[in-house]
Amino acid sequence: MSDLFRVENLSKSFGGLAVSRNISLHMPAGERLALIGPNGAGKTTFVNLVTGQLKPSEGRVVLNGEDVTGLGAVRRVRKGLVRTFQVTRLFSEMTPEEHVTLTVLQREGRASRILGRFHGNSAIADEVADLLGALGLTEVARRRVREIAYGQQRLLEIAIALALRPKVLLLDEPAAGVPSSETPRIEQALERLPPSLAVLMIEHDMDLVFRFARRVVVLAAGEIIFEGLPSEVAANDKVREAYLGNYAHARNVA
Amino acid sequence: MQFVAQTERMTAAPVAGRRRWSRDAVGVILIVAAGVAGYFLFPDSLALLTRIIAVALLVLSLDLIVGYCGVASLGQATLFGAGAYAAGIACVNGVTEPLTLIAIGAVAGAAAGLVMGAIMLRAHGLAQLVLSIAIVQLAHEAANKASAYTGGSDGLAGLFVGPLFGVFEFDLWGQTAYLFGLSLLVAVFIILKFVVSSPFGMLCRGIKEDPIRIRAMGAFVFPVLLKMFVISGAVAGTGGALAAISTQVVGLDSVSFELSANALVMLVLGGLGTLYGALIGTVIFMGFEHVVSAINPFHWMTMVGALLIAVVLAAPGGLSDLLDQISAGKKRNSGGRP
Ligand SMILES: Nc1ncnc2c1ncn2[C@@H]1O[C@H](COP(=O)(O)OP(=O)(O)OP(=O)(O)O)[C@@H](O)[C@H]1O
Ligand SMILES: [Mg+2]
Repeated sequence: MSDLFRVENLSKSFGGLAVSRNISLHMPAGERLALIGPNGAGKTTFVNLVTGQLKPSEGRVVLNGEDVTGLGAVRRVRKGLVRTFQVTRLFSEMTPEEHVTLTVLQREGRASRILGRFHGNSAIADEVADLLGALGLTEVARRRVREIAYGQQRLLEIAIALALRPKVLLLDEPAAGVPSSETPRIEQALERLPPSLAVLMIEHDMDLVFRFARRVVVLAAGEIIFEGLPSEVAANDKVREAYLGNYAHARNVA
Repeated sequence: MQFVAQTERMTAAPVAGRRRWSRDAVGVILIVAAGVAGYFLFPDSLALLTRIIAVALLVLSLDLIVGYCGVASLGQATLFGAGAYAAGIACVNGVTEPLTLIAIGAVAGAAAGLVMGAIMLRAHGLAQLVLSIAIVQLAHEAANKASAYTGGSDGLAGLFVGPLFGVFEFDLWGQTAYLFGLSLLVAVFIILKFVVSSPFGMLCRGIKEDPIRIRAMGAFVFPVLLKMFVISGAVAGTGGALAAISTQVVGLDSVSFELSANALVMLVLGGLGTLYGALIGTVIFMGFEHVVSAINPFHWMTMVGALLIAVVLAAPGGLSDLLDQISAGKKRNSGGRP
Protein backbone atom coordinates (compact mmCIF):
# COMPACT_ATOMS: atom_id res chain seq x y z
CA MET A 1 0.00 0.00 0.00
CA SER A 2 1.37 3.39 -0.92
CA ASP A 3 -0.69 5.32 1.61
CA LEU A 4 1.11 8.17 3.27
CA PHE A 5 -0.86 7.70 6.43
CA ARG A 6 -2.85 4.82 7.84
CA VAL A 7 -4.75 4.07 11.01
CA GLU A 8 -5.56 0.45 11.82
CA ASN A 9 -8.21 -0.73 14.27
CA LEU A 10 -7.76 2.16 16.64
CA SER A 11 -9.74 1.80 19.87
CA LYS A 12 -9.93 3.78 23.07
CA SER A 13 -12.13 3.64 26.12
CA PHE A 14 -12.31 5.90 29.13
CA GLY A 15 -13.25 3.66 32.01
CA GLY A 16 -16.05 1.60 30.56
CA LEU A 17 -16.95 4.10 27.85
CA ALA A 18 -15.69 3.17 24.39
CA VAL A 19 -14.99 6.48 22.68
CA SER A 20 -13.18 5.08 19.65
CA ARG A 21 -14.13 1.69 18.29
CA ASN A 22 -12.00 -0.09 15.79
CA ILE A 23 -11.34 2.90 13.57
CA SER A 24 -9.41 2.22 10.36
CA LEU A 25 -8.61 4.91 7.86
CA HIS A 26 -6.05 5.67 5.20
CA MET A 27 -4.89 8.81 3.46
CA PRO A 28 -2.68 9.14 0.37
CA ALA A 29 -0.57 12.25 -0.17
CA GLY A 30 -2.69 15.18 -1.30
CA GLU A 31 -5.82 13.78 0.36
CA ARG A 32 -8.62 16.13 1.37
CA LEU A 33 -10.72 14.23 3.85
CA ALA A 34 -13.53 15.53 6.03
CA LEU A 35 -14.30 13.77 9.30
CA ILE A 36 -17.80 14.60 10.45
CA GLY A 37 -20.15 13.33 13.11
CA PRO A 38 -22.47 14.52 15.85
CA ASN A 39 -21.18 16.17 19.03
CA GLY A 40 -19.41 13.70 21.26
CA ALA A 41 -18.88 11.23 18.42
CA GLY A 42 -15.20 10.96 19.28
CA LYS A 43 -13.69 13.12 16.55
CA THR A 44 -11.32 15.10 18.78
CA THR A 45 -10.44 11.92 20.63
CA PHE A 46 -9.47 10.40 17.29
CA VAL A 47 -7.11 13.30 16.61
CA ASN A 48 -5.67 12.96 20.12
CA LEU A 49 -5.01 9.27 19.50
CA VAL A 50 -3.45 9.86 16.12
CA THR A 51 -1.14 12.65 17.29
CA GLY A 52 -0.13 10.97 20.53
CA GLN A 53 -1.85 13.18 23.11
CA LEU A 54 -3.74 10.02 24.11
CA LYS A 55 -2.59 6.42 24.10
CA PRO A 56 -4.91 4.03 22.29
CA SER A 57 -6.13 0.87 24.00
CA GLU A 58 -5.60 -0.96 20.74
CA GLY A 59 -4.59 -0.32 17.16
CA ARG A 60 -1.78 1.20 15.15
CA VAL A 61 -0.91 4.53 13.59
CA VAL A 62 1.35 4.24 10.55
CA LEU A 63 3.07 7.16 8.87
CA ASN A 64 5.09 6.63 5.69
CA GLY A 65 5.15 2.90 6.36
CA GLU A 66 6.54 3.42 9.86
CA ASP A 67 4.58 2.41 12.95
CA VAL A 68 4.51 5.53 15.13
CA THR A 69 2.06 4.20 17.75
CA GLY A 70 4.81 3.88 20.34
CA LEU A 71 6.11 7.42 19.84
CA GLY A 72 5.14 10.40 21.97
CA ALA A 73 3.39 13.51 20.66
CA VAL A 74 6.62 15.45 20.12
CA ARG A 75 8.27 12.80 17.97
CA ARG A 76 5.15 12.41 15.87
CA VAL A 77 5.13 16.13 15.17
CA ARG A 78 8.76 15.93 14.12
CA LYS A 79 7.83 13.15 11.70
CA GLY A 80 5.21 15.37 10.10
CA LEU A 81 2.01 14.46 11.91
CA VAL A 82 0.60 17.83 12.90
CA ARG A 83 -2.71 19.02 14.33
CA THR A 84 -4.58 22.18 15.20
CA PHE A 85 -6.80 22.48 18.25
CA GLN A 86 -10.58 22.76 18.34
CA VAL A 87 -10.26 25.32 21.12
CA THR A 88 -7.25 27.45 20.21
CA ARG A 89 -4.15 26.90 22.31
CA LEU A 90 -2.09 30.02 21.90
CA PHE A 91 0.12 32.14 24.12
CA SER A 92 -1.96 35.15 25.06
CA GLU A 93 0.95 37.53 25.66
CA MET A 94 2.86 36.59 22.53
CA THR A 95 2.37 38.00 19.07
CA PRO A 96 1.51 35.89 15.98
CA GLU A 97 4.98 36.66 14.73
CA GLU A 98 6.51 35.26 17.90
CA HIS A 99 4.37 32.14 17.72
CA VAL A 100 5.42 31.35 14.18
CA THR A 101 9.05 32.32 14.78
CA LEU A 102 9.21 30.00 17.77
CA THR A 103 7.69 27.21 15.69
CA VAL A 104 10.12 27.65 12.82
CA LEU A 105 13.06 27.83 15.23
CA GLN A 106 11.86 24.60 16.77
CA ARG A 107 11.58 22.92 13.39
CA GLU A 108 15.14 23.99 12.63
CA GLY A 109 16.30 22.59 15.96
CA ARG A 110 17.24 26.01 17.28
CA ALA A 111 14.46 26.76 19.74
CA SER A 112 16.37 25.83 22.88
CA ARG A 113 19.41 27.92 22.11
CA ILE A 114 20.45 30.32 24.82
CA LEU A 115 22.95 32.13 22.68
CA GLY A 116 21.47 33.88 19.73
CA ARG A 117 18.64 36.29 19.38
CA PHE A 118 15.04 35.34 18.89
CA HIS A 119 14.51 37.63 15.91
CA GLY A 120 18.12 37.50 14.77
CA ASN A 121 17.85 35.32 11.66
CA SER A 122 16.68 37.04 8.50
CA ALA A 123 15.92 33.84 6.57
CA ILE A 124 13.59 32.76 9.36
CA ALA A 125 12.08 36.25 9.57
CA ASP A 126 11.35 36.06 5.83
CA GLU A 127 9.69 32.68 6.15
CA VAL A 128 7.60 33.86 9.10
CA ALA A 129 6.50 36.99 7.26
CA ASP A 130 5.54 34.94 4.21
CA LEU A 131 3.52 32.48 6.27
CA LEU A 132 1.71 35.22 8.15
CA GLY A 133 1.12 36.99 4.87
CA ALA A 134 -0.33 33.86 3.27
CA LEU A 135 -2.87 33.63 6.09
CA GLY A 136 -3.68 37.33 6.06
CA LEU A 137 -2.14 37.98 9.45
CA THR A 138 0.44 40.57 8.43
CA GLU A 139 -1.45 43.47 9.95
CA VAL A 140 -1.74 41.84 13.36
CA ALA A 141 1.67 40.18 13.29
CA ARG A 142 2.91 42.30 16.18
CA ARG A 143 -0.22 42.48 18.28
CA ARG A 144 -0.59 40.31 21.32
CA VAL A 145 -2.77 37.29 20.61
CA ARG A 146 -5.30 38.25 23.26
CA GLU A 147 -5.90 41.48 21.38
CA ILE A 148 -6.70 39.95 18.00
CA ALA A 149 -10.01 38.59 16.69
CA TYR A 150 -10.89 34.95 17.26
CA GLY A 151 -10.99 34.28 13.53
CA GLN A 152 -7.42 35.51 13.31
CA GLN A 153 -6.43 33.28 16.19
CA ARG A 154 -7.84 30.30 14.28
CA LEU A 155 -5.76 31.31 11.26
CA LEU A 156 -2.73 31.53 13.51
CA GLU A 157 -3.37 27.94 14.63
CA ILE A 158 -3.12 26.95 10.98
CA ALA A 159 -0.03 29.10 10.45
CA ILE A 160 1.73 27.37 13.34
CA ALA A 161 0.81 23.96 11.95
CA LEU A 162 2.08 24.88 8.48
CA ALA A 163 5.30 26.28 9.92
CA LEU A 164 6.08 22.73 11.01
CA ARG A 165 6.03 21.62 7.34
CA PRO A 166 3.62 18.74 8.02
CA LYS A 167 3.05 15.72 5.84
CA VAL A 168 -0.31 15.01 7.42
CA LEU A 169 -2.37 17.85 8.83
CA LEU A 170 -5.34 17.30 11.12
CA LEU A 171 -7.58 20.34 11.46
CA ASP A 172 -10.01 20.14 14.37
CA GLU A 173 -12.92 22.41 13.44
CA PRO A 174 -10.83 25.24 11.98
CA ALA A 175 -13.88 27.45 11.55
CA ALA A 176 -15.57 26.78 14.89
CA GLY A 177 -16.51 29.94 16.73
CA VAL A 178 -15.56 32.14 13.81
CA PRO A 179 -18.20 34.64 12.68
CA SER A 180 -19.48 33.77 9.20
CA SER A 181 -18.09 37.03 7.87
CA GLU A 182 -14.62 35.70 8.56
CA THR A 183 -15.00 32.12 7.31
CA PRO A 184 -14.05 32.97 3.70
CA ARG A 185 -10.58 33.86 4.95
CA ILE A 186 -10.22 30.43 6.50
CA GLU A 187 -11.58 28.73 3.42
CA GLN A 188 -9.12 30.61 1.29
CA ALA A 189 -6.34 29.46 3.56
CA LEU A 190 -7.52 25.87 3.22
CA GLU A 191 -7.58 26.14 -0.57
CA ARG A 192 -4.01 27.32 -0.59
CA LEU A 193 -2.61 24.46 1.47
CA PRO A 194 0.30 22.70 -0.24
CA PRO A 195 -1.17 20.21 -2.75
CA SER A 196 0.93 17.25 -1.61
CA LEU A 197 -0.17 17.65 2.01
CA ALA A 198 -2.69 15.10 3.28
CA VAL A 199 -5.39 16.98 5.16
CA LEU A 200 -8.06 15.67 7.47
CA MET A 201 -10.58 18.27 8.51
CA ILE A 202 -13.16 17.93 11.24
CA GLU A 203 -15.97 20.36 10.56
CA HIS A 204 -19.63 20.87 11.37
CA ASP A 205 -20.28 23.41 8.64
CA MET A 206 -21.42 21.18 5.78
CA ASP A 207 -21.05 23.88 3.15
CA LEU A 208 -17.42 24.12 4.04
CA VAL A 209 -17.09 20.33 4.05
CA PHE A 210 -18.57 20.04 0.58
CA ARG A 211 -16.32 22.65 -0.91
CA PHE A 212 -13.23 21.22 0.73
CA ALA A 213 -13.47 17.44 0.84
CA ARG A 214 -12.95 14.82 -1.80
CA ARG A 215 -13.87 12.11 0.65
CA VAL A 216 -16.03 12.10 3.77
CA VAL A 217 -15.87 9.83 6.81
CA VAL A 218 -18.71 9.88 9.30
CA LEU A 219 -18.08 8.98 12.91
CA ALA A 220 -20.90 8.20 15.33
CA ALA A 221 -20.51 6.87 18.85
CA GLY A 222 -16.84 6.19 18.21
CA GLU A 223 -17.42 4.13 15.08
CA ILE A 224 -17.04 4.84 11.38
CA ILE A 225 -20.52 4.45 9.93
CA PHE A 226 -19.86 5.86 6.50
CA GLU A 227 -16.98 6.42 4.17
CA GLY A 228 -17.39 7.75 0.66
CA LEU A 229 -17.90 10.66 -1.66
CA PRO A 230 -19.37 13.91 -0.38
CA SER A 231 -22.25 13.52 -2.84
CA GLU A 232 -23.26 10.23 -1.24
CA VAL A 233 -23.15 11.17 2.41
CA ALA A 234 -26.40 13.08 2.78
CA ALA A 235 -28.39 10.32 1.13
CA ASN A 236 -27.05 7.63 3.45
CA ASP A 237 -29.64 6.23 5.85
CA LYS A 238 -27.20 5.35 8.60
CA VAL A 239 -25.83 8.87 8.56
CA ARG A 240 -29.27 10.41 8.74
CA GLU A 241 -30.11 8.12 11.61
CA ALA A 242 -26.94 9.04 13.47
CA TYR A 243 -27.77 12.69 13.33
CA LEU A 244 -31.41 11.93 14.26
CA GLY A 245 -32.52 14.93 12.35
CA ASN A 246 -31.02 17.28 14.91
CA TYR A 247 -28.36 18.21 12.47
CA ALA A 248 -29.81 20.91 10.30
CA HIS A 249 -26.97 21.14 7.81
CA ALA A 250 -27.20 17.48 6.89
CA ARG A 251 -30.75 17.99 5.77
CA ASN A 252 -30.04 21.23 4.01
CA VAL A 253 -27.86 19.53 1.50
CA ALA A 254 -30.05 16.46 1.09
CA MET B 1 -0.16 41.14 0.70
CA GLN B 2 3.28 39.76 0.09
CA PHE B 3 4.53 43.24 -0.70
CA VAL B 4 3.07 44.65 2.49
CA ALA B 5 4.78 41.92 4.47
CA GLN B 6 8.00 42.76 2.72
CA THR B 7 8.02 46.46 3.52
CA GLU B 8 6.82 46.04 7.05
CA ARG B 9 9.55 43.54 7.64
CA MET B 10 12.16 45.96 6.44
CA THR B 11 11.10 48.82 8.66
CA ALA B 12 9.30 47.71 11.79
CA ALA B 13 11.42 44.79 12.95
CA PRO B 14 14.65 46.62 13.72
CA VAL B 15 12.75 49.45 15.39
CA ALA B 16 10.85 47.16 17.75
CA GLY B 17 14.04 45.31 18.55
CA ARG B 18 15.99 48.47 19.16
CA ARG B 19 13.29 49.84 21.47
CA ARG B 20 13.46 46.72 23.61
CA TRP B 21 17.24 46.89 23.88
CA SER B 22 17.29 50.58 24.70
CA ARG B 23 14.68 49.91 27.38
CA ASP B 24 16.89 47.31 28.98
CA ALA B 25 19.93 49.56 28.65
CA VAL B 26 18.05 52.20 30.64
CA GLY B 27 17.09 49.55 33.19
CA VAL B 28 20.68 48.47 33.67
CA ILE B 29 21.82 52.08 34.01
CA LEU B 30 19.17 52.61 36.70
CA ILE B 31 20.36 49.53 38.59
CA VAL B 32 23.96 50.77 38.50
CA ALA B 33 22.85 54.25 39.54
CA ALA B 34 20.81 52.88 42.46
CA GLY B 35 23.74 50.70 43.50
CA VAL B 36 26.22 53.57 43.41
CA ALA B 37 23.76 55.83 45.25
CA GLY B 38 23.45 53.17 47.97
CA TYR B 39 27.22 53.15 48.29
CA PHE B 40 27.35 56.88 48.99
CA LEU B 41 24.10 57.27 50.92
CA PHE B 42 24.59 54.38 53.34
CA PRO B 43 28.34 54.02 53.85
CA ASP B 44 27.75 52.46 57.26
CA SER B 45 25.33 49.82 55.99
CA LEU B 46 27.36 48.28 53.20
CA ALA B 47 27.23 44.86 54.84
CA LEU B 48 23.43 44.96 54.71
CA LEU B 49 23.47 46.21 51.13
CA THR B 50 25.81 43.40 50.13
CA ARG B 51 23.50 40.92 51.80
CA ILE B 52 20.62 42.42 49.79
CA ILE B 53 22.59 41.87 46.59
CA ALA B 54 23.28 38.24 47.49
CA VAL B 55 19.60 37.64 48.21
CA ALA B 56 18.66 39.52 45.03
CA LEU B 57 20.65 36.93 43.10
CA LEU B 58 18.64 34.23 44.86
CA VAL B 59 15.35 35.93 43.99
CA LEU B 60 16.48 36.44 40.38
CA SER B 61 17.22 32.73 40.19
CA LEU B 62 13.75 31.99 41.53
CA ASP B 63 12.19 34.28 38.95
CA LEU B 64 13.77 32.17 36.22
CA ILE B 65 11.84 29.07 37.21
CA VAL B 66 8.71 30.60 38.72
CA GLY B 67 8.28 33.67 36.54
CA TYR B 68 9.51 32.28 33.24
CA CYS B 69 8.70 28.57 33.51
CA GLY B 70 5.73 28.49 35.87
CA VAL B 71 7.36 25.99 38.23
CA ALA B 72 6.64 27.07 41.81
CA SER B 73 9.34 26.37 44.37
CA LEU B 74 9.60 26.86 48.11
CA GLY B 75 13.05 25.34 48.26
CA GLN B 76 15.20 27.68 46.21
CA ALA B 77 17.62 28.25 49.11
CA THR B 78 18.90 24.73 48.44
CA LEU B 79 20.73 26.14 45.44
CA PHE B 80 21.85 29.26 47.30
CA GLY B 81 23.14 27.13 50.15
CA ALA B 82 24.95 24.78 47.78
CA GLY B 83 26.86 27.75 46.38
CA ALA B 84 27.54 29.20 49.83
CA TYR B 85 28.86 25.96 51.32
CA ALA B 86 30.86 25.03 48.23
CA ALA B 87 32.59 28.43 48.23
CA GLY B 88 32.97 28.31 52.02
CA ILE B 89 34.48 24.82 52.08
CA ALA B 90 36.78 25.65 49.16
CA CYS B 91 37.88 28.78 51.00
CA VAL B 92 38.78 27.07 54.27
CA ASN B 93 40.71 24.55 52.19
CA GLY B 94 42.92 27.20 50.74
CA VAL B 95 41.14 28.56 47.67
CA THR B 96 41.09 32.25 48.40
CA GLU B 97 40.79 33.97 45.02
CA PRO B 98 37.31 35.62 45.08
CA LEU B 99 36.39 35.09 41.42
CA THR B 100 37.38 31.44 41.68
CA LEU B 101 35.20 31.11 44.77
CA ILE B 102 32.27 32.66 42.91
CA ALA B 103 32.83 30.24 40.03
CA ILE B 104 32.90 27.32 42.48
CA GLY B 105 29.62 28.55 44.00
CA ALA B 106 28.02 28.88 40.58
CA VAL B 107 29.07 25.39 39.52
CA ALA B 108 27.88 23.87 42.79
CA GLY B 109 24.58 25.71 42.47
CA ALA B 110 24.18 24.52 38.89
CA ALA B 111 24.86 20.93 39.93
CA ALA B 112 22.34 21.24 42.75
CA GLY B 113 19.89 22.77 40.26
CA LEU B 114 20.34 19.78 37.97
CA VAL B 115 19.51 17.36 40.78
CA MET B 116 16.68 19.46 42.18
CA GLY B 117 15.16 19.96 38.74
CA ALA B 118 15.41 16.29 37.88
CA ILE B 119 13.48 15.48 41.06
CA MET B 120 10.94 18.32 41.04
CA LEU B 121 10.05 18.00 37.36
CA ARG B 122 8.80 14.48 37.93
CA ALA B 123 5.79 15.99 39.71
CA HIS B 124 3.31 18.75 38.92
CA GLY B 125 1.41 21.43 40.78
CA LEU B 126 1.03 21.01 44.50
CA ALA B 127 3.10 17.83 44.66
CA GLN B 128 5.91 19.74 43.00
CA LEU B 129 5.74 22.47 45.62
CA VAL B 130 5.79 19.91 48.42
CA LEU B 131 8.82 18.25 46.83
CA SER B 132 10.66 21.55 46.81
CA ILE B 133 10.02 21.97 50.54
CA ALA B 134 11.17 18.42 51.21
CA ILE B 135 14.36 19.01 49.27
CA VAL B 136 15.33 22.15 51.16
CA GLN B 137 14.56 20.47 54.49
CA LEU B 138 16.71 17.50 53.52
CA ALA B 139 19.52 19.78 52.38
CA HIS B 140 19.26 21.69 55.66
CA GLU B 141 19.46 18.46 57.65
CA ALA B 142 22.36 17.23 55.57
CA ALA B 143 24.28 20.48 56.15
CA ASN B 144 23.52 20.17 59.85
CA LYS B 145 24.69 16.54 60.07
CA ALA B 146 27.84 17.01 58.01
CA SER B 147 29.26 19.32 60.66
CA ALA B 148 32.81 18.13 59.96
CA TYR B 149 32.62 19.99 56.66
CA THR B 150 29.96 22.61 57.28
CA GLY B 151 30.41 23.46 60.93
CA GLY B 152 26.84 22.32 61.54
CA SER B 153 24.72 24.66 63.58
CA ASP B 154 27.77 26.73 64.56
CA GLY B 155 28.24 27.64 60.95
CA LEU B 156 31.32 27.49 58.79
CA ALA B 157 33.62 30.24 60.00
CA GLY B 158 37.16 31.35 59.37
CA LEU B 159 36.93 32.16 55.70
CA PHE B 160 39.90 34.25 54.68
CA VAL B 161 39.34 35.60 51.23
CA GLY B 162 42.26 36.95 49.27
CA PRO B 163 42.24 40.36 47.58
CA LEU B 164 40.18 40.84 44.43
CA PHE B 165 42.42 40.74 41.33
CA GLY B 166 45.24 40.48 43.86
CA VAL B 167 44.79 44.19 44.62
CA PHE B 168 41.60 45.07 46.48
CA GLU B 169 41.44 43.70 50.01
CA PHE B 170 38.05 42.83 51.49
CA ASP B 171 38.07 45.64 54.01
CA LEU B 172 36.36 46.03 57.35
CA TRP B 173 33.79 48.48 55.97
CA GLY B 174 32.74 46.13 53.24
CA GLN B 175 33.45 48.56 50.41
CA THR B 176 35.22 46.01 48.24
CA ALA B 177 32.61 43.36 48.95
CA TYR B 178 29.79 45.71 48.06
CA LEU B 179 31.26 46.99 44.81
CA PHE B 180 32.26 43.44 43.89
CA GLY B 181 28.71 42.25 44.60
CA LEU B 182 27.17 45.10 42.66
CA SER B 183 29.32 44.37 39.61
CA LEU B 184 28.43 40.72 39.88
CA LEU B 185 24.73 41.50 40.09
CA VAL B 186 24.82 43.80 37.08
CA ALA B 187 26.77 41.25 35.05
CA VAL B 188 24.36 38.44 35.98
CA PHE B 189 21.37 40.66 35.27
CA ILE B 190 22.61 41.52 31.78
CA ILE B 191 23.34 37.86 31.02
CA LEU B 192 19.88 36.86 32.22
CA LYS B 193 18.25 39.52 30.07
CA PHE B 194 19.89 37.84 27.09
CA VAL B 195 18.85 34.42 28.33
CA VAL B 196 15.18 35.29 28.74
CA SER B 197 14.96 36.99 25.36
CA SER B 198 16.73 34.15 23.55
CA PRO B 199 14.78 31.45 21.68
CA PHE B 200 15.24 29.33 24.80
CA GLY B 201 13.67 32.04 26.97
CA MET B 202 10.72 32.30 24.61
CA LEU B 203 10.27 28.54 24.72
CA CYS B 204 10.18 28.68 28.51
CA ARG B 205 7.45 31.32 28.44
CA GLY B 206 5.48 29.12 26.13
CA ILE B 207 5.89 26.14 28.43
CA LYS B 208 4.70 28.24 31.33
CA GLU B 209 1.45 29.07 29.60
CA ASP B 210 0.72 25.80 27.81
CA PRO B 211 3.06 22.81 27.71
CA ILE B 212 0.64 20.87 25.51
CA ARG B 213 0.87 23.55 22.84
CA ILE B 214 4.65 23.49 23.06
CA ARG B 215 4.67 19.72 22.54
CA ALA B 216 2.29 20.10 19.61
CA MET B 217 4.92 22.46 18.17
CA GLY B 218 7.35 19.56 18.35
CA ALA B 219 9.42 20.71 21.33
CA PHE B 220 10.22 18.59 24.38
CA VAL B 221 9.35 20.24 27.68
CA PHE B 222 11.46 18.42 30.27
CA PRO B 223 14.97 19.16 28.96
CA VAL B 224 14.11 22.83 28.52
CA LEU B 225 12.90 23.15 32.10
CA LEU B 226 15.88 21.20 33.40
CA LYS B 227 18.21 23.54 31.55
CA MET B 228 16.53 26.49 33.26
CA PHE B 229 16.96 24.79 36.64
CA VAL B 230 20.69 24.52 35.95
CA ILE B 231 20.94 28.19 34.98
CA SER B 232 18.84 29.12 37.99
CA GLY B 233 21.13 27.05 40.20
CA ALA B 234 24.20 28.81 38.85
CA VAL B 235 22.66 32.21 39.65
CA ALA B 236 21.53 31.18 43.14
CA GLY B 237 24.93 29.58 43.77
CA THR B 238 26.62 32.82 42.75
CA GLY B 239 24.48 34.60 45.33
CA GLY B 240 25.40 32.05 47.98
CA ALA B 241 29.09 32.35 47.21
CA LEU B 242 28.85 36.14 47.40
CA ALA B 243 27.18 35.87 50.79
CA ALA B 244 29.94 33.52 51.99
CA ILE B 245 32.73 35.76 50.72
CA SER B 246 31.28 38.98 52.08
CA THR B 247 30.27 37.75 55.55
CA GLN B 248 33.12 35.21 55.83
CA VAL B 249 30.79 32.72 57.45
CA VAL B 250 28.21 30.26 56.11
CA GLY B 251 25.31 29.45 58.40
CA LEU B 252 22.55 26.87 58.23
CA ASP B 253 20.10 29.70 57.52
CA SER B 254 21.55 29.91 53.99
CA VAL B 255 19.94 26.58 53.18
CA SER B 256 16.65 27.01 55.00
CA PHE B 257 12.97 26.82 54.25
CA GLU B 258 12.57 30.29 55.72
CA LEU B 259 14.97 31.88 53.26
CA SER B 260 13.25 29.99 50.42
CA ALA B 261 9.83 31.21 51.47
CA ASN B 262 11.05 34.76 51.92
CA ALA B 263 12.58 34.68 48.45
CA LEU B 264 9.21 33.70 47.02
CA VAL B 265 7.50 36.49 48.96
CA MET B 266 10.03 39.01 47.63
CA LEU B 267 9.45 37.80 44.10
CA VAL B 268 5.67 38.05 44.34
CA LEU B 269 6.04 41.45 45.97
CA GLY B 270 8.19 42.73 43.12
CA GLY B 271 6.41 40.91 40.32
CA LEU B 272 7.09 37.74 38.36
CA GLY B 273 8.70 37.25 35.01
CA THR B 274 10.44 40.58 34.46
CA LEU B 275 13.72 40.19 36.39
CA TYR B 276 13.27 43.82 37.47
CA GLY B 277 10.53 42.70 39.84
CA ALA B 278 12.95 40.33 41.57
CA LEU B 279 15.31 43.22 42.31
CA ILE B 280 12.60 45.63 43.39
CA GLY B 281 10.95 43.03 45.62
CA THR B 282 14.22 42.13 47.32
CA VAL B 283 15.19 45.73 48.01
CA ILE B 284 11.73 46.67 49.33
CA PHE B 285 11.36 43.54 51.46
CA MET B 286 14.80 43.64 53.00
CA GLY B 287 14.84 47.40 53.37
CA PHE B 288 11.46 47.24 55.05
CA GLU B 289 12.61 44.37 57.25
CA HIS B 290 15.65 46.37 58.32
CA VAL B 291 13.78 49.57 59.12
CA VAL B 292 10.75 48.04 60.76
CA SER B 293 12.66 45.47 62.79
CA ALA B 294 14.74 48.32 64.23
CA ILE B 295 11.57 50.12 65.28
CA ASN B 296 9.69 47.07 66.47
CA PRO B 297 11.71 43.85 66.53
CA PHE B 298 8.71 41.71 67.48
CA HIS B 299 6.14 42.73 64.93
CA TRP B 300 8.09 43.41 61.80
CA MET B 301 6.80 40.26 60.16
CA THR B 302 3.25 41.47 60.78
CA MET B 303 4.11 44.68 58.99
CA VAL B 304 5.62 42.78 56.09
CA GLY B 305 2.45 40.70 55.94
CA ALA B 306 0.35 43.84 55.79
CA LEU B 307 2.57 45.28 53.07
CA LEU B 308 2.28 42.11 51.05
CA ILE B 309 -1.50 42.04 51.31
CA ALA B 310 -1.66 45.69 50.27
CA VAL B 311 0.55 45.07 47.24
CA VAL B 312 -1.27 41.93 46.16
CA LEU B 313 -4.63 43.69 46.37
CA ALA B 314 -3.51 46.97 44.79
CA ALA B 315 -1.13 45.53 42.18
CA PRO B 316 -1.62 41.82 41.55
CA GLY B 317 1.26 41.91 39.07
CA GLY B 318 3.67 43.09 41.76
CA LEU B 319 5.38 46.44 42.27
CA SER B 320 7.27 46.31 38.98
CA ASP B 321 3.98 45.95 37.13
CA LEU B 322 2.58 48.92 39.01
CA LEU B 323 5.60 51.01 37.97
CA ASP B 324 5.17 49.70 34.44
CA GLN B 325 1.57 50.79 34.34
CA ILE B 326 2.39 54.20 35.67
CA SER B 327 5.26 54.76 33.26
CA ALA B 328 3.47 53.23 30.27
CA GLY B 329 0.27 55.14 30.99
CA LYS B 330 -1.76 55.53 27.85
CA LYS B 331 0.55 53.44 25.69
CA ARG B 332 -0.97 50.29 27.15
CA ASN B 333 -2.69 49.12 24.01
CA SER B 334 0.04 49.78 21.51
CA GLY B 335 3.13 47.62 21.30
CA GLY B 336 3.93 44.57 23.37
CA ARG B 337 5.80 44.39 26.59
CA PRO B 338 9.16 42.66 26.22
N1 LIG C 1 -10.34 12.56 28.88
C1 LIG C 1 -11.59 12.06 28.80
N2 LIG C 1 -12.10 11.31 29.81
C2 LIG C 1 -13.34 10.79 29.73
N3 LIG C 1 -14.17 10.98 28.70
C3 LIG C 1 -13.72 11.72 27.66
C4 LIG C 1 -12.43 12.29 27.66
N4 LIG C 1 -12.26 12.97 26.50
C5 LIG C 1 -13.42 12.83 25.83
N5 LIG C 1 -14.29 12.08 26.51
C6 LIG C 1 -15.62 11.69 26.05
O1 LIG C 1 -15.48 11.07 24.80
C7 LIG C 1 -16.57 11.42 23.96
C8 LIG C 1 -16.05 11.96 22.65
O2 LIG C 1 -15.47 13.22 22.87
P1 LIG C 1 -14.79 14.05 21.69
O3 LIG C 1 -14.30 15.32 22.27
O4 LIG C 1 -13.82 13.20 21.00
O5 LIG C 1 -16.03 14.33 20.74
P2 LIG C 1 -16.13 15.19 19.42
O6 LIG C 1 -16.64 14.30 18.36
O7 LIG C 1 -14.86 15.88 19.15
O8 LIG C 1 -17.27 16.22 19.79
P3 LIG C 1 -17.45 17.76 19.40
O9 LIG C 1 -18.11 17.79 18.07
O10 LIG C 1 -18.33 18.30 20.45
O11 LIG C 1 -16.11 18.38 19.40
C9 LIG C 1 -17.44 12.39 24.73
O12 LIG C 1 -18.51 11.68 25.25
C10 LIG C 1 -16.53 12.88 25.82
O13 LIG C 1 -17.28 13.20 26.96
MG1 LIG D 1 -14.25 17.82 19.12
